[in-house]
Amino acid sequence: MRRRDLVARVGLYTVLGAGLLVVVGPFLWAVLSSMKPEAEIRRIPATWWPEVFTLDNYRELLSRLDFPQAFANSAIVAVLTTLGNLAFCSLLGYALAKLRFPGRRALFLVVLGTLMVPSMVTFVPQFVLVSNLGLVNSYGGLILPFLATPFGVFLMRQYLLSIPDELIEAARVDGAGELRIFARIVLPLCGPALATLTILTFLASWNNFLWPLVVATTEDKYTLPVALALYSVGQNRIEYGLVLAGAVAVLLPVVIVFVLLQRHFLRGIATTGLK
Amino acid sequence: MATATAPAKAPAEANATAGARPPYRLRQGLAGWAFATPFTVLFLLFMALPVVASLVMSLTDLRSTDLRTPLAVEFVGLDNYARLLDDTQFRRAALNTAIFVVVGVPLTIAAGLAAASALNSGLVKFRTLFRVGFYLPVVTSIVALAVVWRFLLDPEAGLINNALRAVGVTGPNWLGDPNLALPSIIVMAVWRNFGFLMVIFLAGLQAIPAELYESSRLDGAGRWAQFRYITVPMLRPTLLFGGVVTSIGYLQLFEEPLVMTRGGPLDSTLSVSYHIYNQFGFGNYGYAAAVSYVLFAAIVGLSVLQFRLLGSRD
Repeated sequence: MRRRDLVARVGLYTVLGAGLLVVVGPFLWAVLSSMKPEAEIRRIPATWWPEVFTLDNYRELLSRLDFPQAFANSAIVAVLTTLGNLAFCSLLGYALAKLRFPGRRALFLVVLGTLMVPSMVTFVPQFVLVSNLGLVNSYGGLILPFLATPFGVFLMRQYLLSIPDELIEAARVDGAGELRIFARIVLPLCGPALATLTILTFLASWNNFLWPLVVATTEDKYTLPVALALYSVGQNRIEYGLVLAGAVAVLLPVVIVFVLLQRHFLRGIATTGLK
Repeated sequence: MATATAPAKAPAEANATAGARPPYRLRQGLAGWAFATPFTVLFLLFMALPVVASLVMSLTDLRSTDLRTPLAVEFVGLDNYARLLDDTQFRRAALNTAIFVVVGVPLTIAAGLAAASALNSGLVKFRTLFRVGFYLPVVTSIVALAVVWRFLLDPEAGLINNALRAVGVTGPNWLGDPNLALPSIIVMAVWRNFGFLMVIFLAGLQAIPAELYESSRLDGAGRWAQFRYITVPMLRPTLLFGGVVTSIGYLQLFEEPLVMTRGGPLDSTLSVSYHIYNQFGFGNYGYAAAVSYVLFAAIVGLSVLQFRLLGSRD
C-alpha cells in the first residue's frame, strides 16, 4: 500500500514536472535566445545557454522600432480604459443591483445580451463611427469603444447583490445622499470585485490587438502588440533576435505582475467563472 | 447617543422630507438613471449601435469608398449572404475554423481537466508553482506568444526541430506545410488555453463533497470509477461552462494565423475572423459585416447546442 502510494506520487510529479517544462520552456527559451547574436540564434545545433551574451537586440529595439513610444501608448490606453471601466461599471452595477428605477430590467438584459457578441461583428461599424468622429489614429479612438464593457457591469452587479440592503437603507435613513452612499459605503466594500475588474480590464487592453491594429495607422500611435505583429509579419527573413526581444518586452511586465499577484488573479478568475 | 434619539426623531423627519423632497420612488428612479447614464451612453454609442449597424450594413453594398457619399449605398437584401455560399475562400475558412474548434476544444478540456485532477489529488507541495506555471500563457499577449511559437516551430532554428535533430529525426517545416500548419496552431492553442480551464475546473473539483469519494471507496470503487461516476457528473456544470467559453474563443481564431502564417500556406490556416479582417481591408464593409453575422450565429448556435447536450437533464 505504502509502496504503491510512493509510485503514484513519483508518477504524478513526473507528469506535472514534464507539463511545467512544456509550458514554461518556450518562455525561457525566448528570453535566452533574445540575448544571443542573430548568428548564434540560427546556428545548428542550437545552443541552450547563450555562448555570446549580448543586449544588442534590446538596444536595436529601442533605436529602430520606436518601442518606447509603443510601450507608452499601451500603458496610456490600458490605464485610461481600466479607470473608465472601474467608474462606469461600478456605477451601473450598483444601480442594477440596489436601486429601483424604470427600465432597469430591460437595461440589464440588453447589456447582458451583448456579452456574447464577437468583436468581429462590431469592429467595422465602430471603425466607421470613429472615423466619422475624426478619431482615427488618436488615443480617443483607441480608448472610447472599450471604456464601458458589458462584462464589467455583470461582474460588479453580481458582487453588489451580496451586499446587504440594510446597510444602504440605514445610510438613507441617516440622510446620506445616493452618491455619498455609493462612494463612502458601497465602494469600500467592493475591494475584491474592483481588484478582479482592474486585473482583467488592464490585461485585456494590454493584450488587445484587432482594434488598435485597425485604428492606429501611424507608428506613433501603435500599441505594443501592433508594433510587434506588423514588424514580424512585414519581414520575409525574420530577424529573430529583434522580434524575440520585442516579444519579451511585451510579455515580461505581465508575467512579473502575474507572479506577484497570482493569488488575486486566480481567485478572481475562479469566482467569476463559476457565477 | 445617536441610537437613543433616532427612533424619536425618525417619524418627524420622514414627514418633513416628504414635503421638501420628491417622493421616495421618484427620487430613487432619478438616482438610478443618474448612475446608469454614463455607461449607457457609451454603451449605446459604441456597442448597441454597432451591433445593429453591422446587421444593417450586411444588407447593403457599403464599401470603404462610400463613407464620404452615404447616399450611393444601396440595399441589396440577402445578396451578401448568397455570395458567401459561392466564396471558396470563405468555405475554406469556415472548414478550417470548424476543425480548429472540433479538435481544439476537446483537447483543451482534456488537458485542463487532467491538470486540475492532478493538482487536486491530495498533493500539496509545489501546487502554487504548477498552477502559476500552467496559467502563465493565459495572461500573456497572443501576438507575443505567436512570435515565440513561430520561432519554436522554425524548421532550422526552432527548438522543436533541434530536439528532433538531437535524436536523429529531420523535423518538417511545421508552418510551411499545408497539412501541418493548422495542427501546429491547434497544439499552440491548447498549450495557451488549458491553464484557464484548469483554474475553473480546480474550483469545481474542490466544491465536490469529500464524503462522496470516501463512501464510494468503502463500496470498493477504484480511482477510474470514481472519476467516471462522481467527478465527471458532479463537474458537469463547470465542464459545460468551460466548453462554451472555450468554443466562443476558438471560433474567433485570428491572431495566431495572422502572426504565424498569414493564413497560409494555400489558405490552410485562414480562419473566418481572418477572412472578415481581409474583406474589411479590401474595403468590402457590407460583405465583411455579413460574414461577421454568420460567425455570430455560429457562436450562438454552438452555445445553445452545448447547453442542450450537456445541460441539466431533469
